[in-house]
Amino acid sequence: MILPVIVLTLIVGTFGALLVFVASLLGPKKKKTAAKYMPYECGLPGQETTKSNVSVRFYLTAILFIMFDIEILFLYPWAISYQEFIDAGYGAYMLGAMLVFIGLFIFGLLWEIKSKALEWD
Amino acid sequence: MGSDGFEITINIIKMLVIFLMMVQMVPVLVWVERRGSAFIQNRFGPNRVGPLGLTQLLADAVKFLFKEEFVPPASHKWLYYAAPVLALIPGALAFESIPLSMPIHVNTESGAHTFLFQGYDVGVGIVFVLAVSSLGAYALLLAGWGSHNKYSLFGALRASAQMISYELAMGLSLVGILMLFQTFDFQRMVEIQRGTLHFWLFGKEISLGFLPNWGIFFQPLGFVLFATATFAETNRTPFDLPEAEAELVAGYHTEYGGLKMLMFYIGEYGHMMVASALMVTFYFGGYELPFYSSQSLVEALSQSMSSNAASIVGALLLHVVFMAKVLFFLWVFIWVRWTLPRFRYDQLMDLGWKTMLPWALANVLITAFFVLMAHG
Repeated sequence: MILPVIVLTLIVGTFGALLVFVASLLGPKKKKTAAKYMPYECGLPGQETTKSNVSVRFYLTAILFIMFDIEILFLYPWAISYQEFIDAGYGAYMLGAMLVFIGLFIFGLLWEIKSKALEWD
Repeated sequence: MGSDGFEITINIIKMLVIFLMMVQMVPVLVWVERRGSAFIQNRFGPNRVGPLGLTQLLADAVKFLFKEEFVPPASHKWLYYAAPVLALIPGALAFESIPLSMPIHVNTESGAHTFLFQGYDVGVGIVFVLAVSSLGAYALLLAGWGSHNKYSLFGALRASAQMISYELAMGLSLVGILMLFQTFDFQRMVEIQRGTLHFWLFGKEISLGFLPNWGIFFQPLGFVLFATATFAETNRTPFDLPEAEAELVAGYHTEYGGLKMLMFYIGEYGHMMVASALMVTFYFGGYELPFYSSQSLVEALSQSMSSNAASIVGALLLHVVFMAKVLFFLWVFIWVRWTLPRFRYDQLMDLGWKTMLPWALANVLITAFFVLMAHG
């Protein structure tokens, strides 16, 4: 079942690599001068090493994302089987169980907002 | 991929055709975007090359192909070249798993064959599309990191932070749809949305004959949240912070030019096509016509032709219906881009985390209560 996905990935990858290769062959070859490497238009030099600092907010967002994404993933199997459980007579129980889970979810979100983890300045 | 040589050959050709169709859509969409923006802003747009400026795209493609190659001297060459290739892959992988029309049934001498009108069917529909399309963040990050330019790097960081923030709201807004349809499979979802609107309330069946049985009537809030989140996922205005030209030159593709920049465009428009196709499949009945089911179409066609031909012609006709719906949403993407201004970055993050996430949670709870009451 996953074989066509791998085949397509290879096809698209080859197609893209071929495009990049053909474009590098067809373009005019001119001598690269120092002026060409200058940042265009005006302003500060764009070229910079990765020494520059990155705001810690980005890392924090990524960490919070992983937590919430996993919580959302746990909702999927529940959502798929919810109607089956209702038909089997366990509807109120399943809703209650999920209310506890979503309650924890909301508590986490409120705590994040309270601790100013989501503030951007 | 198929049980015999015939099926395998057809399936590979089908995959290639769908991928090339997707790539071919990009110049057309660029033309629509340029003409559309000119129409909205009351100017002419490209109108010199060919009728209505239609061959402008060909001229552009040739120009892109013959551009001089420029690689920033301080860049990581390997990452710099890999990023545009990687940008192509997620959109293509996701788009091929969405059914573009009904399955084709043909009888040959070697037996009966069924061909799905999609690249492949992985069986987990939504989960696969969500997993694959979120890989798009890697291409942007590699581009930003590889080109060693601070504007690119900041653009890439903004883009990835924005994509993962709105992925939460997107994933959560689909929970309501999953609850109603009880399946991950796109084909099954389209089948459920056939016919006219009918639902159960306190054990009584209610049907409204003047409306189709589309997901939008069950999940209006879910649709609004999903549409907004997909705008952010595709980095389109009003969420195009990664390429805010006043602050970041051009964002993550500042150092790219020629065909390599075009490949980022193919990736972006591919994402837009995936988003539109998903909206159509979840909320607007997929490839089905509103009041005329695919079975009756095939029956009507088989009066005048063989059953093989009826199946193929019917599938092609329904593909046109699907593409018409998709094109409408693609036009909405373009329309919104030239209508709304851009958000500020803190507003963007606040909207994602503090507004859309709670509303999506509310949507889950409301849907859960209504589903329970419906079975009452």
